[in-house]
Amino acid sequence: MEHAPETKSSETMERLLPGQSPVLLPGHTLETITDKIVSIVLRRPVTLGWVGGFAFFFGLLNLMLLAMAWLFIRGTGIWGINVPVGWGFAIVNFVWWVGIGHAGTLISAILLLVKQGWRNSINRFAEAMTLFAVACAGVFPLIHTGRPWLAYWLFPYPNTMGVWPQFRSPLLWDVFAVSTYATISALFWFVGLLPDLATFRDAATNPVAKRIYGLLAMGWRGSARHWKRYESAYVLLAGLAAPLVLSVHTVVSFDFAISIIPGWHTTVFPPYFVAGAIYSGFAMVLVLAIPIRHFYGVQDMMTMRHLDNAAKVMLGTGLIVAYGYSMEAFYAYYSGSLYEWFVLKNRMMGPLAWSYWCLIIFNVLIPQVLWIRKVRLYPPALFCTSVVILFGMWLERFVIVVTSLHRDFLPSSWGMYVATKWDYMTYLGTLGLFFCAMFLFIRLMPMITIFEMRLLVPQSKLSEEAAHD
Amino acid sequence: MAQIFHRSANSIAKASILGGLILVVGLLWAALQLQRSPYFTYAGVARPQPVPFPHQHHVAGLGIDCRYCHTTVEVSGFAGIPPTRTCMNCHSQIWTAAPMLEPVRESLRTGKSLVWTRANDLPDFVYFDHSIHVNKGVGCNTCHGRVDQMPLMYNQASLQMEWCLNCHRDPAKNLRPHYVKEDPKNPATMGDQIFNMAYQEPSDSHPVTIREGNTYKTFTSQTGPDGLGTYLAAVNHVRSPRDITSCNTCHR
Repeated sequence: MEHAPETKSSETMERLLPGQSPVLLPGHTLETITDKIVSIVLRRPVTLGWVGGFAFFFGLLNLMLLAMAWLFIRGTGIWGINVPVGWGFAIVNFVWWVGIGHAGTLISAILLLVKQGWRNSINRFAEAMTLFAVACAGVFPLIHTGRPWLAYWLFPYPNTMGVWPQFRSPLLWDVFAVSTYATISALFWFVGLLPDLATFRDAATNPVAKRIYGLLAMGWRGSARHWKRYESAYVLLAGLAAPLVLSVHTVVSFDFAISIIPGWHTTVFPPYFVAGAIYSGFAMVLVLAIPIRHFYGVQDMMTMRHLDNAAKVMLGTGLIVAYGYSMEAFYAYYSGSLYEWFVLKNRMMGPLAWSYWCLIIFNVLIPQVLWIRKVRLYPPALFCTSVVILFGMWLERFVIVVTSLHRDFLPSSWGMYVATKWDYMTYLGTLGLFFCAMFLFIRLMPMITIFEMRLLVPQSKLSEEAAHD
Repeated sequence: MAQIFHRSANSIAKASILGGLILVVGLLWAALQLQRSPYFTYAGVARPQPVPFPHQHHVAGLGIDCRYCHTTVEVSGFAGIPPTRTCMNCHSQIWTAAPMLEPVRESLRTGKSLVWTRANDLPDFVYFDHSIHVNKGVGCNTCHGRVDQMPLMYNQASLQMEWCLNCHRDPAKNLRPHYVKEDPKNPATMGDQIFNMAYQEPSDSHPVTIREGNTYKTFTSQTGPDGLGTYLAAVNHVRSPRDITSCNTCHR
């Protein structure tokens, strides 16, 4: 890596510098930014590390295909679900993946609307992360039906049965929330890509690549009229996407909160689900950003400032989540409901108590290290904390789904839940799907927004000021 | 820098936006049409049978009542498929050597039933009861069509759920009286009208008169507050559309 020695020293410098580091390290001009981002895709040879990583995750992906093939042959009986725990890994993983997607939309839409310049280098891959996470999430509702070829029954269309889906069911609201989310995210991502795809088209030397990027760029020429329309379209889409950050996970939480199961029937669910979604989403952003900036030498564009800010968002949302847990516990006591109180005791001291206490340790206790500035500025520590948080957020959904269901009102219908190897294979498989897509994305698309990074260069600021004078 | 696309690409790109929309909508429309077509429902498609039994000849030509063969239609969920002996009541006397009827005679000799292909076959997850429909006033041909005009048997209706619900949501439009005031000049007015293939619902030009206690009541319309169907739904205690469109009415 030719950039390595230079960026290494600049990173050390950043850590020594008092105050906040800049969102773009000094030394860049408009040309070097374009050149650096373009060269990652168009000129950098395919490395052994990339092939190895991709092969590993492709293997995981095939594990999922195997598990799904067996599922379609034998039905959902191969999973650990049964009465009383009818909702197992499928819903746990669905909620986990949808939640992870939220950080991408928050970064790209809300931070754009509130004019946070530091979003510029991480928004593109965070949006890609959103898309892939929603794709992974979408796998589970499809396959959990057991007959996925009939999944289109979920949509309201004039069918031969003469009936509409149950509009009063939150599971149907989920269909609309998630499909709207996927559509808007894909549109937003693609519109944002247009100018950069045109840059790629112009920079590519391979005639096939030139044509493919040219086709995707949809005739972008970068004229003033193009930019004017582009800006309004982008802000409009951001305006559409921003409420989705709040609404999608609110609707997902309704899947639980609308029911009358003790442990689910709670008004605190929507806000704390949304906070948890952003919490896990930023953890995933860091899990991706830290290796990417290391292996692709883009520490000068994804700086310590980005890591620091993401860590602070995690700290904030983590505290909201912790508040949610404490309120859940408090209301179990304060409600005076025998069943709520039992669910809490069962969570804390029942046969699945390990999952509850691991959740508290992973999601509440360990992330408190983010108060320490040295931890926020030390990427390996930040990476480990993020992985812990991702585990913790997965456990949160496991605790909510399984411990609420496995011992409900009637002791005669109590049971245990044990996931089977097919459950684990499907879950690992979606991780494979997610990271395979990420690997391909990094090699095929501009993972950092070129034109938005160019706005951060002092040169462009000067010309802007000159234009104002 | 050389252009990589011809200038016509601009028009193609614009046309593809509208074209894509039309394609998607068109494909969806075609899929919905296909699903309702006889290709899927077999409506109007005669099935091969071991013996080419003509309902037309037996019902219209000979005037045999439905219940002569389908004996349990008024009292049971299943209308009943006649045993070979019912065929042989007549065919031991007439057409005794017809080669076409050899499978029937063989069935009698061996005691093995004829295996008919059901034309009106509902899925196994649908609970259907003939007797309740007959007793509340749904005529045979309302669902089965003019069987007296079918040389070979086929299902007239799609038998899709929307077709069932079309009546369950508004049963009054398909109810008929069991007995009407008999008119000596019109033999169709004799007997149970449920089994009358040529029954006509009341209209201004064709009023239907039924007995009510010791008097007669004449109707000139099927639906509406003064309609025959509305009257019959009330006197036959047909349950509300809310009840009979409940999931577990048919999916038990």
